[in-house]
Amino acid sequence: MSNVSTESGQVSLSGLDELWFQVAGTRCNLTCTHCFISCSPHNNSFGFLSMEVVRKALLESAEWGVREYYFTGGEPFLNPDLVEMLVLALGYGPVTVLTNATVLKDEWLECLRDAEERGPYSLEFRVSVDGPDAATNDPIRGEGTFDRAMRGVEMLVRHGVLPIITMTRTWADADDHRVLSRFRDVLARHGCDRPRLKVLPRLLIGAEAIRTCGYDEADRVSAGMLDGFDSDQLICSHSRTVTDRGVFVCPILLEEPSARLGGTLAEADRPFSLDQGACVTCYQFGAICTNPSGQVFEQTGAGAGEVAP
Amino acid sequence: MKLAFFGGLYSNYLALEAAIADASRRDVQQLFCLGDMGAFGPHPDRVVSLLRDEGVACVQGNYDDSIGNELADCQCGYTDPRDNRFAQISYDYTLEKTSPVHRRWLRGLPTSLNFELAGVRMHLCHGSPRRTNEFLWESTTSDRFLDRLIDPTNAEVVLGTHTGLHWTRTTPRGRRFVNVGVLGRPANDGRTNVWYTVLDLSGQEVGVEFVPVEYDFLRLSNEMRDEGLPDEFTATIESGWWTTCLEVLPSRERRCGRH
Repeated sequence: MSNVSTESGQVSLSGLDELWFQVAGTRCNLTCTHCFISCSPHNNSFGFLSMEVVRKALLESAEWGVREYYFTGGEPFLNPDLVEMLVLALGYGPVTVLTNATVLKDEWLECLRDAEERGPYSLEFRVSVDGPDAATNDPIRGEGTFDRAMRGVEMLVRHGVLPIITMTRTWADADDHRVLSRFRDVLARHGCDRPRLKVLPRLLIGAEAIRTCGYDEADRVSAGMLDGFDSDQLICSHSRTVTDRGVFVCPILLEEPSARLGGTLAEADRPFSLDQGACVTCYQFGAICTNPSGQVFEQTGAGAGEVAP
Repeated sequence: MKLAFFGGLYSNYLALEAAIADASRRDVQQLFCLGDMGAFGPHPDRVVSLLRDEGVACVQGNYDDSIGNELADCQCGYTDPRDNRFAQISYDYTLEKTSPVHRRWLRGLPTSLNFELAGVRMHLCHGSPRRTNEFLWESTTSDRFLDRLIDPTNAEVVLGTHTGLHWTRTTPRGRRFVNVGVLGRPANDGRTNVWYTVLDLSGQEVGVEFVPVEYDFLRLSNEMRDEGLPDEFTATIESGWWTTCLEVLPSRERRCGRH
């Protein structure tokens, strides 16, 4: 589309639709073997965001007409200010928090559901679970994590939340139907009888590059590949990520120095060169980080343009 | 001056007939339709004939773009296999049953309409001003985002449809966005009526009224069965609860439904 320069192979920010907060940095209570930014209890590459940074970014974001806000980590609920941050963000727009659901507390959920009910916007919980049973999930996310996540799902359901269960596809594509059906059965047994499922492709960076393999040198989005490509499919054309080390192009490429675009949103309003292997995965699968309700789907028809009656 | 706006007909010609009759009783001067004429219901040619006979000014929806250009699917972009299966059943049926003349007509529709009436500048689109298939849900559309979308249109009132649920909001900068709802299926509220919107431009402020439309839904569901359309579709018509295409609903809207 128009914001793609085919000569440089760069994608510009067409508008700031989603603002991400790397609110727990790279700190997580789990050490998943496929984590694309290698989060763990000991990874301090990125630290917690302070309330002040979040407040300032929300204020700055208002000028940009942001559609919705995402809070991620690491495990966001490790940040002691998270609940207050989510409540504050709900005053600006819709909010999504990405959690492994193993550290939730009833009082937090009660406060958050109250805050959601008071305003017009949705608060979405995305829960990461990487298989419909412990045998599939636990080798990736850690011993006992499947059962703990299911207890978290039960808690969310008790509070009236309809979580989006997010899973990274570590099985063969052909097994999708079987795995998703089993997911629905298992979630129903845990009280989640209206499951919302989101399957993510593997990103071959961070811990996953060690677990399986990384991208090849040839895995790059070339300038030619952007010819006629709808760049709205890529989150770098409509989002940015606030971290304690500045504003990054997306929540995926945190370990890539060139992905840090500036210290403020204004500074980060510049083109990004798609020269990372992970960009190929976004190119193939679309804006994988966005919720289904806000995902932009490719439109192939042209219509007859704009007219006056 | 009163204007009527229909969205998402989904081949529900019985509801369209009822809405046109209702608008006429309210002395509405001009009828508009914001796209997605086919899908879901039976005999897709019937709504197109009605729209053309009644001189309804129409905007193209993503479904109309697909049917008009004989694309492979409806461009709603579902990823849930179940949603996709039902969307494809509906799409294949509608494509097959839409006459070549009507396909050509759908292909030629404008993606938006801009005009001024009674001193009010209006912009009509299907999904959002920037994209035909963008979902603007009430709970996932921030006030300031709406203002950003409206800016390039230079309009005071922007009207769209696409999500299937009617809502309206005045933005921080005083513009009005209206999702006019759909005539094709109920609003996922357990009621069988469908909705359209009347804009009243006679007062100081633009009046927005969401109008419930009762129609012969049992006749529609019987015709859908006769055409071999899925039970899941007729269940929605008869119960008022959505049974398919649920994946894209935000949690807040999803919680209002049963499925």
